[in-house]
Amino acid sequence: MAAEELKTGPLEYRTQEGQMGIMGFWIFLGAEVVLFATLFATYAVLYGRTADAPVPGELFEPGIVLIMTFLLLTSSFTCGLAIHEMRRGSVKGLTIWMSITLALGLGFLGFEIYEFVHYAHLGATMQSSAFWSAFFTLAGTHGLHVTLGIGWAILLLIQIRKRGLTNVTSRKFFIISLYWHFLDVIWIFIFTSVYLIGMVL
Amino acid sequence: MHITDILVTGEPIIYGAMVSMVLVGIALLFLLTYFKKWGWLWREWLTTVDHKKIGVMYILSALLMLFRGGVDAMMMRVQLAFPDLGFLNSQHYNEIFTTHGTIMIIFMAMPFLIGLMNIIVPLQIGARDFAFPYLNALSFWSFFFGMALFNISFVIGGAPDAGWTSYTPLSGAAMSPGPGQNFYLMGLQLSGIGTLATGINLMVTILKMRAPGMKLFHMPIFTWSTLVTSFIIVFAFPILTVALALLTLDRIFGSQFFTLTGEGMPMMWANLFWMWGHPEVYIVILPAFGIFSEVIATFAKKRLFGYNVMVWSMIVIALLSFLVWVHHFFTMGAGAFVNSIFSISTMLIAVPTGVKIFNWLATLYKSKIEFTVPMMWSLAFIPSFILGGVTGVMLGMAAADYQFHNSYFLIAHFHYVLIAGTVFACFAGLTFWYPKMFGHKMNERIGKWAFWLFFFGFHVCFFPQYFLGLDGMPRRLFITNVAEWLPLNVISTVGAFGMGLGFMVFVYNVYYSFRYSERETTGDSWNGNGRTLEWATTTPVPYYNFATVPYVDEIDPYLRMKEEGKTTYEESELKPIHMPSYTAQPILFMALLGLASFGLVFEWMYVAIFGLIGGVIMMIVRSFDYDDGYYVPVDEIKRTEKKARGL
Repeated sequence: MAAEELKTGPLEYRTQEGQMGIMGFWIFLGAEVVLFATLFATYAVLYGRTADAPVPGELFEPGIVLIMTFLLLTSSFTCGLAIHEMRRGSVKGLTIWMSITLALGLGFLGFEIYEFVHYAHLGATMQSSAFWSAFFTLAGTHGLHVTLGIGWAILLLIQIRKRGLTNVTSRKFFIISLYWHFLDVIWIFIFTSVYLIGMVL
Repeated sequence: MHITDILVTGEPIIYGAMVSMVLVGIALLFLLTYFKKWGWLWREWLTTVDHKKIGVMYILSALLMLFRGGVDAMMMRVQLAFPDLGFLNSQHYNEIFTTHGTIMIIFMAMPFLIGLMNIIVPLQIGARDFAFPYLNALSFWSFFFGMALFNISFVIGGAPDAGWTSYTPLSGAAMSPGPGQNFYLMGLQLSGIGTLATGINLMVTILKMRAPGMKLFHMPIFTWSTLVTSFIIVFAFPILTVALALLTLDRIFGSQFFTLTGEGMPMMWANLFWMWGHPEVYIVILPAFGIFSEVIATFAKKRLFGYNVMVWSMIVIALLSFLVWVHHFFTMGAGAFVNSIFSISTMLIAVPTGVKIFNWLATLYKSKIEFTVPMMWSLAFIPSFILGGVTGVMLGMAAADYQFHNSYFLIAHFHYVLIAGTVFACFAGLTFWYPKMFGHKMNERIGKWAFWLFFFGFHVCFFPQYFLGLDGMPRRLFITNVAEWLPLNVISTVGAFGMGLGFMVFVYNVYYSFRYSERETTGDSWNGNGRTLEWATTTPVPYYNFATVPYVDEIDPYLRMKEEGKTTYEESELKPIHMPSYTAQPILFMALLGLASFGLVFEWMYVAIFGLIGGVIMMIVRSFDYDDGYYVPVDEIKRTEKKARGL
């Protein structure tokens, strides 16, 4: 089974193991969609329940959120370029573009941490009301996913230095690219349904 | 901190339980040391990635939990039959009905069925193992440590006491301080990780590893039920994950999701819980339907009637299962319109379920039935389950539900579907596939004793509860000294002890059969009636399952193989078989996460952080692990098969 290896097509799809790993990860992303959907629903239900804490319209600012969106969307593009380089067989191109992706991701995280601390100073914390609990949990879960993704990608960059492009390493990079694009999609929903609506209403 | 701050003290029953647990523990340690079995235990079981062994461990744990949950049940029945005896106090009673419910659903029904899936599904589709054997072991250990964590709660820290549904605001930090509810949250969270992983694992296994030629609509019906169940698991469990996480944040980190302060919304918990909880009951009933279908077709010696319809009805049930959750709290006051919609969707589920019932009956129609023990469980299931189903439709009518809600009518209903459905299926499935797992059958005569005791005990126990409910007896009530309720409660308790006796006879049968049952010589254990691929392997099944995987293009492939004289050992087609290596990572990984969960239960943050860091290190170790398994050489396959087949 694992011995049978196709001679053509992308490296990560050539073994049955690779195909199964990728399919399993797609299903896992399906579960992640449900997870975030539940968090979005929770946020929607608790919207406006700010108690004595500030309302979101007072705190949300377009500037910082636009920068974060720009960073993360660009990182998704560079992640796509990294996989493109991988398909061309270039370890160097893959490493460079992936590193840029991670730098952009780190920038995003930095701004998010700054934002959270800033809100806390203005009296909106996880503990202050149902609305703010839902906000910090939704945005924080996304941020936690980005953090894990960065740590994971660093491990893969070490592995590709040691092992080069194989069926296994290319599968791992392909899967983390799926993960990274997925986080981007989630962010688009957070940007629109949390920040934009929160600034308007 | 002093030891008595954590240990539960002052309850003679709990002292008794502590003493017996310590004695059993010492006895196990002694036996393992005396017979020098430590290495064997570690090498063959604790580090295994073989789906058959993992399945056996699941089933053993589930039987243990059936015992624990059953003891809880009997204690409640004793209290209700003799309310003036002072056997349990109200706090202890609350704890016991909470642990009974949680254990039976999460740590008994699901692992039992997942254990059977583990062993049987790869054999039915002609696969060598799961798609991700490492992940499978990880799933088992996450379940195991989640179970252990939940179960120690009654001796350390105090058991949860807010019901298995753990409704807020009662289960929040303000009204349930202390570690009790944390045990519930962390125990379920930890084992939930494993369940989700198993769902993904089974889906990929079934979709990608079927025997050559086997299309989806050639799959055995139990495999189909597993595929549909996995779908429900993948889309329902993340909701539970979130619900548990939010309540954990509330309790430990002071957020305000379900609180009465800070504009929290306690009713949201009920919604989130049942958005997972209703699909969950189908997670435990659909595999049961699959087992009954296999058993009935085998012993009616006919092709399953309406195979395609059976599959489609399962798919429809799975979709509908996500659209009925509000019927668990019609009385919460969502309004007539919302209640009506959920009332209709609830009653719709009766349609595909009814279709299945008629298909089983049609399979039996004009067949030559062989009354083996698994068949008796299956035949008893049909009328018993109908009683549960019909009362379910009664409960589904929102207006009527205002009367039935939270009464013993409800208790009787869900025990009729969960015991007559799931528990009968567990016994049927275990007895049916027992020879595949252990190389000998369970004794039929003792098996029939267990069946009749359990069957009559079950009806005597739960049938009166419908009438208690109609008489107005509420659930979760610890004093029932209302004169007109007492006789039916006493009858019900007698029935409960009948079921307990039946379970003990079943367990005795495991021992008796191990000592005295005839050892299997062929793989086709039930008088050559096997229809699907699992019976085509030798017994006990070699660790690589199939020496050669046959071509399959129908739902009963083994019947045709027998006619054509084919086997799963075609010497000319042998090739080396790739197998995964055993590994100690899953048990260590989950032990560390178990430690982190334990820390969170007591809010000892250093322990929790230590455990979490350990978990991250284990993930890094796994990422750098390029162990690609090994190949079983053709010579070894030949030797194994010749010995097993007596060639």
